[in-house]
Parts: sequence; structure tokens; C-alpha cells
Amino acid sequence: MDLYVVQFLTGLANAASLFLVASGLSLIFGVTRIVNFAHGAFYMLGAYIAYSLTVRWQTPLGFWAALLVASAAVAVVGVIIETLLLRRIYNAPELLQLLATFGITLIAEDAVRLIWGPEDLVGPRAAGLSGAVSILGNAMPIYDFVLILLGPLVFGLLWLLLHRSRWGLLVRAATQDRDMVNALGVNQKWLFTGVFALGVFLAAFGGGLQIPRDAVTHFMDLSIITEVFVIVVIGGLGSIGGAFLAAIIVSQLNAFGILILPGISLVLMFAVMAVVLVLRPWGLLGKQVVRSRIAALPDVGAWKPFDRTGRLAVSLAVFLAVLLPFLLGDYGISVASEVMIAIIFAISLQFLMSVGGLDSFGHAANLGLGAYGAALCVQYFGMSMELAMLTGPLIAAAFAVVAGWFCVRLSNIYFAMLTLAYAQILWSIVFQWVDLTGGDNGIVGVWPSEWAASPNAYYWLTTACAVGVVLAIRYLTFSPFGYSLRALRDSPMRSATIGISQRHIQHVAFVISAFFAGLAGVLFAFQKGSIFPDALGISTSVDGLIMVLLGGFNTVSGSVVGAVVYKVSSIWLMSNTDFPRLILGSVIVVLVVLFPQGIVGTSQRLLETWRTRRRLGEANVGAPAQKGGVA
Amino acid sequence: MLEVAKLNSWYGPAHILFDVNLNVMAGEVVALLGRNGAGKSTTMKSIIGLVNRREGRLVFRNDEISNLAPFEISRKGLGYVPEDRRIFTELTVEENLEVGRQPAREGGNAWTPDRIYTLFPNLAEMRKRPAGRMSGGEQQMLTIGRTLMGNPYLVLLDEPSEGIAPKIVEQMAEAIILLKREGVSVLLSEQNLHFARLISDRCYILEKGITQFSGTVAELDSRPDLRETYLAL
Ligand SMILES: Nc1ncnc2c1ncn2[C@@H]1O[C@H](COP(=O)(O)OP(=O)(O)OP(=O)(O)O)[C@@H](O)[C@H]1O
Ligand SMILES: [Mg+2]
Repeated sequence: MDLYVVQFLTGLANAASLFLVASGLSLIFGVTRIVNFAHGAFYMLGAYIAYSLTVRWQTPLGFWAALLVASAAVAVVGVIIETLLLRRIYNAPELLQLLATFGITLIAEDAVRLIWGPEDLVGPRAAGLSGAVSILGNAMPIYDFVLILLGPLVFGLLWLLLHRSRWGLLVRAATQDRDMVNALGVNQKWLFTGVFALGVFLAAFGGGLQIPRDAVTHFMDLSIITEVFVIVVIGGLGSIGGAFLAAIIVSQLNAFGILILPGISLVLMFAVMAVVLVLRPWGLLGKQVVRSRIAALPDVGAWKPFDRTGRLAVSLAVFLAVLLPFLLGDYGISVASEVMIAIIFAISLQFLMSVGGLDSFGHAANLGLGAYGAALCVQYFGMSMELAMLTGPLIAAAFAVVAGWFCVRLSNIYFAMLTLAYAQILWSIVFQWVDLTGGDNGIVGVWPSEWAASPNAYYWLTTACAVGVVLAIRYLTFSPFGYSLRALRDSPMRSATIGISQRHIQHVAFVISAFFAGLAGVLFAFQKGSIFPDALGISTSVDGLIMVLLGGFNTVSGSVVGAVVYKVSSIWLMSNTDFPRLILGSVIVVLVVLFPQGIVGTSQRLLETWRTRRRLGEANVGAPAQKGGVA
Repeated sequence: MLEVAKLNSWYGPAHILFDVNLNVMAGEVVALLGRNGAGKSTTMKSIIGLVNRREGRLVFRNDEISNLAPFEISRKGLGYVPEDRRIFTELTVEENLEVGRQPAREGGNAWTPDRIYTLFPNLAEMRKRPAGRMSGGEQQMLTIGRTLMGNPYLVLLDEPSEGIAPKIVEQMAEAIILLKREGVSVLLSEQNLHFARLISDRCYILEKGITQFSGTVAELDSRPDLRETYLAL
């Protein structure tokens, strides 16, 4: 019994930080409609800066001053990012916003490593609060009690700010209809900047609060952001009260989950989130989110299957790819195999996103399941590579049948966040279930069959698979199934009235996409001879997204080009720089802001413009033909 | 007061308005008539700056406003009342009015919640009520009141009579006449010809994004053919 009381109190103390970060995220989302992935990075930055200050100012007042100063400093960073970057993408598709803010996270991680070094930092206890009191015979840090009080205090202050000041009133109004607030004479820009600064301040303060309890690390951004995403989804995006409630629920799940089974907490969290989303798709206290302006990239023209020139060009490219082993050495060919695998992974994601309109932020789950499925079959049943190439994708697809059932019930940003959570949960299972998966040590000894063991043979195998998958996906895209899927993407309402069952079709697409990604996973495992939990990590999902983005979101198979360019340059980067994240992050940000249509999208547009110009002679053509691909 | 010349607007690739011309003098109530989809609302949204792309000359009280953001236009004294009302349903009546409040204009008699409550007595009884729990007519009054709180010289009023009870429509007409007496100009979009004739000085007829007629209400009355061609449902 006593243990439960202590556990409950610890849970409440944990809730404080989570609430601060989550309320900031929710506030920002409410007004700007941006899901700020970088929120975890601001939390981390807050902790690092506060660490540097608390080691210097070790007095009771100094501790709190350090937290405030650090948070204010991070808020300034936030304002700079908001004015320079976010203002340009407020009307961009959600996924681009998520990607851009993820890019900031990458930059922040390397920046922190540059400034504070790679080691974990252990901060001092909060001066004056370092003691413990005995609760039913168990020692509880005094600091935990401070946190327990702090959560409701901040909640109360936020409530007062939002309900008793004109600024708060405008924020609440803008949360509902920002364009109307604008038309009533309120400068949105400063409102957005103000809200962003406040949200970032809260995140950074939450980071600082953790110093006396936990080491400061450069992993803390991703671990908190997953938890916070779960919290805002459970509580309802945009709702501060929801964030408060859900922060308590999640930290209690964590506190008691540990008693049942260490490591189960993420699973529990995920389960609760899934149940909440199915019962109340907008979260416990959330309201349905209406995007005030339909944000769409201009279409690059109606999609069509390749014409004769196109087919000829593609055949030529495939022919050249087949000849590649005669041009490259072993190293070059193994890079080329990786590229082929990346193509399979990217195109499977593109099918889900561009054709299905389902923006997944957790595609790594499918790749990882394929890879681990195959590796485990090899390890435990001595399965052959050929058979594993079938079982791996089937395992990924089988999981997708279950996960997809939940995911397709949600739209837009909620879908992205649930898929992210899906991948994270699998990652943590794989990471923690050491007996089965080897945990961090991975599974080794996953070698291909003899006939495919040479680099060249393996390359031809991956090439054959890549060509097959791309063809299959193009075929699906232009099949009746693909048309229904696109109809759903473009106007769910109308499709519903003509009798297309949204969930069913999207569910099938989710499973198909998972199957192909699973194949990429199997090929990946056999190429490396091993598989590690990273394969399921956020960065793998983001790799996929970048390849699609680079190729072009609104193309059928631009990601093939995206995969080639991205894979080759990132392999080169990895071996030639110490700060790949910094570069990668900057590339993402620049891409999102300057070339949101990607390589293929942009060139198609240029071509289209050129053709229109020619068709119309020298007549004054104002804008490129923007014929929608919407039937 | 407001001069619109050669206004063109687009929703994405769709070209909606074609060279629309109109003007409103100080103290006038001008009606914009036309069928469903004629482009009345689009004209208003274009003036206040809520469409993605617009071209043309927009002059308000001697200032060019075609390159300004909605909030800047609104601060110059051009108020906008949208047809779907867009009240903040989560906020109370009082709070909705407060969102619209802007500093008083020089020499002007600033609008206060009390003055709004005198104009629309129904609102006075529900100051603390969340606006989401009001009838359509009450919401219409609130959205006009909210815009008035910005002390506009000219109000763009998009279909104030749409979907509300005849009795409230009457109240609305009285309120608009009162506003006119206070010196507020109004550009009104309407399908209800009876209502528009009751309160307007002049009118324009819009069809498929093109101005088809401009003249006084008397002139419109003398041309039954216009009514037949452009206004009959
Ligand atoms: N958001 C939008 N996106 C694309 N087209 C639009 C949009 N809003 C309106 N339109 C189109 O613009 C045209 C003009 O519409 P508008 O709303 O201005 O008409 P209206 O005269 O106000 O009609 P009503 O009397 O029904 O309010 C219509 O053909 C309509 O279909
Ligand atoms: Mg209208």
C-alpha cells in the first residue's frame, strides 16, 4: 500500500515537466496549427542552458533564477526560428511543417554536442530543496513535492493569462478562427510569435526542472517528444486542460507500469492513446480541428502512366542499372544495393502518402518489422533467405492489419502522430526485449543464400526487387483501387457519398505499403548481415520522408529519384563530416522552405510551364498551368 | 469612401471575379445583388484581403489597400461581417465584442459594449452566454456588433438577412438604418431584394463575377427585365 502512495506521488511529480512541455506544444498548435516537433529540442536546450547556470549559481534563489533565465534565452531562440522559418510555412501541408521542425531538432542535437560535448551531464540538486521527507516509511525528495505543487500552479497561471487578459482572449479567439481575428484588426504575426515564445518558454522550463532528477543528455529531446505527443493526443491538441489531465494519466501509467513490468509503460501509454483516439478522436478535452485554409501544394498536373518516351527512358535507366556492376567496384556496388533498398522503402511510403494522402511518420515500423521478422526466422528456425523474403513482409503486413485498423480512423496530423507512436512502441519493445531480440546488440549472422552472397549478385537481387516494387506500385496507382484511394484523399466527403468505404480502402493501402516496406527491411537485414533497433527509430522514418519530399510529394514515383540522391549524398556525408545531423537538418529546412515540390515535382512544373508557353506562343502567360489532378 | 476598380480574384486556379468596379460614398448604404454563386461574398473577401490572390485597385479613404493584410485594412476603418458569421463560439458574448475592440478614432464616438447592447437589445440579456449557444439571429447581431467595436467608417455586411426569422430581419433593417444615421457607411450583399430595397441608396448587380448593373434603387425598380434576368431564382 505504502509503495503505491509513494509511486503515485512520484507520478504526480513527473507530470509537472510533461505538463509544461505538453501545454506549450498545445498552445502553439492551437493558434498556429503547427505541430512543433522541435519542442523536444527546446526542452533539451532549456535543460542544457539551465545546467550551465545552475552549476554556477548554487543558491536557492540562484536555482530558480537559472531556470528562468535559461527558459527566456531559449524563448529568444524560439522567436528567431519562428520569424525566420515558421512564418514561411504556416500555410504549408502539415507534414512539411513536421519535417521542418524535425530538421531544427537535428540541428539542435549537433549544436548541443558542439557546445556541451557528447557526455551526459549530471546537474546539482536544487539548492535548499535537496533533502527528503519520509512518507509512510519511504523517503521522498522534497523537490518532488515542489514539482507536485508547481504543475497546478503553472496551470493556474496559464488559465489566468488566457482568461483574464486581452492577449489571452485573442489567443483563444485565434485558436478558433485565426483569419477572422485577423480581419478584426489583430496582427496575427505578433500573436503567433508571442504564443510561440510562451510555448517554447514552457518547454525550456520543463527541461530545466528535470536537472535535479535526471542527467542532461542529447537524447532527451526525442524521448520527451514521443511522450508529449501521446499526451497532447490523449488530452486533445490545443487544450491546456487536456494536457494537464493527460500528463497526469501518462505519468501515473509510467509510475505504476514500472511496478508491473519494467518497459511496459510505453506499451500502456500507446494502448491508452489508441483507446482514447478510437472513442474520442479529438482527445479527452479537445475539439475537432478545422484547418482555416486548405493548404495544398499546387498540383503538377494530372497523373498519367508513362507515355512511350517515358517508358523508353525508364527502360534505359533500368538497363543502365543492371550494367552498373561492370562499372563500379565492390564498395560502389554495396552502396548501389543500399540505394535500391532505399528506393523500395521510399516508394512504399510514397504510395501511402502521395496516393493515399496518409502522412505516416512511423514508416520505420514496417521496415523494422520486416527486418526483425526475417532475422528472427533465420535465427530461430534457420529459415532460408528466399523464404524469409516472404515471411518478413508478411509479418510487417500482419502487424499493419492491426495498427492500420486504429490509424486509418484518424486524419492528418493525428494519423502522423499515431504512426509515430506505433514505430516508437515497436522500437522500445525491440530495445527492451533483450532475450528475444538481443536489445541494443541486435541480431547478427543474417547472411544471404549462397547464390546471392556476392556483392554483384545481391545487387541484382535488390535491383530486381526494386523494379518489381516500383512497377507494382505504379500499377496499383493507376488501377481502380488507386483511383478510389485518390478520390478519398481529395474529397473524403464526396467519395463517401458515392459509396467508397474510406476506412476499408485506406486500411488496405496501409497494409500494402507495409508489405513493401517490410521487403525493404528484409533486404536491408540480409545486406548488412545484422539488424539493430535503429532500423525502427524515428530517423529511419524521417529518411523515408526526406526521400519522398526530395523527389516530390505530389508525384507518383518521384521518390525513386529522391532515394538515389538522398542515399548517395547521405552516405558520402556520414563518412566526411563530424556533424551530419547539422547538415541534414539544414538541408531539410532549406528543402521545405525553398523546394517543397521536390526534384521531380519542380522539374515537372518547369516542363509544364515551358510547354504551356510554347503552346500559347509568346502570349502573356501569367502563371504556369495549374491544372488540378482532381477528377 | 471606398473605390474598387478592375478587381479580379481567384480561388487557387479558379478565376472568380472579372474586372468588378464599384464605389461607396460616405454615409451611403449600397447593396450588392446577385444570385447564389454570383461572387458577392468573394467581392467582400477580396476587399478585406481574405482571398489568396486578387488584383485591381482598391482605394479606401484615399489609401491604396490592395497590398495590405486584413488586419491593416480593418484598422483603417473597414469592417467585415462574414456571411457565415464566424463568431467565436467558445467565447461569451462580451468576450466576442472585446476581440473586436480597437482604439477609438480621432473625433469619433467610439463603440462600447453598452452602445452595442442599445443597438441590439437582445444581446444585453446574454452577455455571459457562450456564443455557440445563441440562435442564428442573435449570432448575426453579435457578429455585426463585434465588427462595430473596431469603430469602422464602412462595414462590409455579407447577407445579414440570410437564414433568420422575418421578425429579426426587420430589426436588422432598423439597425442598419440607425447605423447610417450614425454616419457609418455600409456595403451590403443580399439576395433578399425586399430587404435590400428597404435600406439601400444604390445597388450593383453581379452575375458570374461581372458587374451587370449599377444605379439607384429607383432605377432598378424601373427595369423589371433586370430582375427577371439576374435576380429571379
Ligand atoms: N473557397 C472557395 N474555393 C473555390 N471556389 C469558391 C470558394 N468560395 C466560393 N467559390 C466559388 O466562387 C464563386 C462565387 O462565390 P461567392 O461565395 O462569392 O458567391 P455569392 O454571390 O456570395 O453567393 P451566395 O449568395 O450563395 O452567398 C462560386 O462559383 C463559388 O463556387
Ligand atoms: Mg455569399
